[in-house]
Amino acid sequence: MKPLIHLDHIQYTSKERTILSVPELSIFHGEILGVMGPNGAGKSTLVKILSCLQAPTSGKIFYNGVEVPAGNVSLEQRRKWAVVLQQTLIFDTTVFQNVAAGLKIRKVPKAMIKEKVEYWLEKFGISHLAKKNAHQLSGGEAQRVNLARALILEPEVLYLDEPFSALDYPTKVRLIRDFSSILKETSTTTVFVSHDISEVKFLTDRLAILKLGEIIQLGFTAEVLQTPHHEAASFLNEMTLNLE
Amino acid sequence: MDLLIEGMREAIEMLISGDPEIFEITWLTLKVSLSAILISTLIGIPIGVILGLTAFRGRRLLLVLVNIGMGLPPVVAGLWITMLLWRSGPLGSLSLLYSPFAIVMAQVLVSLPIVIGLTCSAFQQIDKNMLIQIKSLGATRFQTVSLLLRETRIAIMAAIMAGFGRVIAEVGAAMMVGGNIRGETRILTTSIVMEVSKGNFDVALALSFILMSLAFIITFFLTILQQRNKKQ
Ligand SMILES: Nc1ncnc2c1ncn2[C@@H]1O[C@H](COP(=O)(O)OP(=O)(O)OP(=O)(O)O)[C@@H](O)[C@H]1O
Ligand SMILES: [Mg+2]
Repeated sequence: MKPLIHLDHIQYTSKERTILSVPELSIFHGEILGVMGPNGAGKSTLVKILSCLQAPTSGKIFYNGVEVPAGNVSLEQRRKWAVVLQQTLIFDTTVFQNVAAGLKIRKVPKAMIKEKVEYWLEKFGISHLAKKNAHQLSGGEAQRVNLARALILEPEVLYLDEPFSALDYPTKVRLIRDFSSILKETSTTTVFVSHDISEVKFLTDRLAILKLGEIIQLGFTAEVLQTPHHEAASFLNEMTLNLE
Repeated sequence: MDLLIEGMREAIEMLISGDPEIFEITWLTLKVSLSAILISTLIGIPIGVILGLTAFRGRRLLLVLVNIGMGLPPVVAGLWITMLLWRSGPLGSLSLLYSPFAIVMAQVLVSLPIVIGLTCSAFQQIDKNMLIQIKSLGATRFQTVSLLLRETRIAIMAAIMAGFGRVIAEVGAAMMVGGNIRGETRILTTSIVMEVSKGNFDVALALSFILMSLAFIITFFLTILQQRNKKQ
């Protein structure tokens, strides 16, 4: 099977230090790829490079078998992807306008924007906040706005960098269930960064463990979690430590 | 104290009686100052945005010049414009010296660096991730800038207000390049200087009240514009 996205010898270095080094990574159409790893492992960097928001120092990115010019991706191409960044950066305007932002950028007719925004606000349980200034939201509310703002674009590829980290548990469970069915229904190719094993278990098909900028293990999620390699094992072990 | 009350009475009388000369001076002040700040805004914001967002050779030097320009003494600006427009100067053939146009030029020269400098610092403070976020939504370069202008609107409006404050208060350059000619280039600040030098403190005070009211009203509306949609 031909991969939808393929990384070829991607390196990202800053001031002599290698932040990310991925000799090879293929992401297939319709799959959900989980990415786990300790703080500073390079997960967010990987997401930004995959989504062409940040140019790698060296290496090539292929999309549908065609090389994507790093740092100079066509607008048409960029508009097929949506990204939820780790930092929730919400515009200083209403929740409605925030969720509508990407559609307005695409010059979608007003009536259709309204319809779609209302649908997604409902889906994320934030309809009652539509007219509120987004800078007055709680962390979890802001994160839902951030998610709605990306999903409303109905992207071909979705990049999610710890999108549920600020949500309360019941909301998280409900959203992940919804999410899973939406993603499968629309067969949206997804890269999902998370620190939560149960999220990853439930949502992802394959899992990559990242450490010090390198993918130390990649495979079907269940397999990786069941039989992790040496280094991955110690990381996953620490993840399940409890405080007592 | 008497002088102050007298001046205030005089000012109110002058306004009520609708002294055509006062009206003319006020109207010219308004026209000249608003044109100057409009021009500074239209030129200054794009330059400030470019300086704040991009990196190119000579950017730092340009920033130093802009920052020096923020404190440019108006009389120096006036001197430059005068030399530029002098009969034998480079633009002398246009005979623009001692015209309202010359005053606008001088006022643009003193307010433009303020608009550029403050716009630039507003844009430099934008979180780099905000740029990435906007890009990820599929924005073109133009859409990115307009979204960022909306995000920084409070600082941008402050830049415009600071520029306007410089323009409306400025007298040295206006005197030099305008000449304070009655009915042609006399504006509120230059006539205040003249009335004081003639010892007419009451008239000067009256004019100063008009000047301050003008500044107050315009800044008031700009502030309202700045703070709209902003609860608390
Ligand atoms: N612009 C930058 N310049 C220099 N170093 C950077 C830059 N961005 C990230 N880094 C470094 O790169 C490394 C990887 O960062 P990254 O944000 O990708 O980690 P992460 O795996 O997402 O971590 P976390 O779990 O905390 O989100 C970190 O050590 C970070 O300090
Ligand atoms: Mg991260």
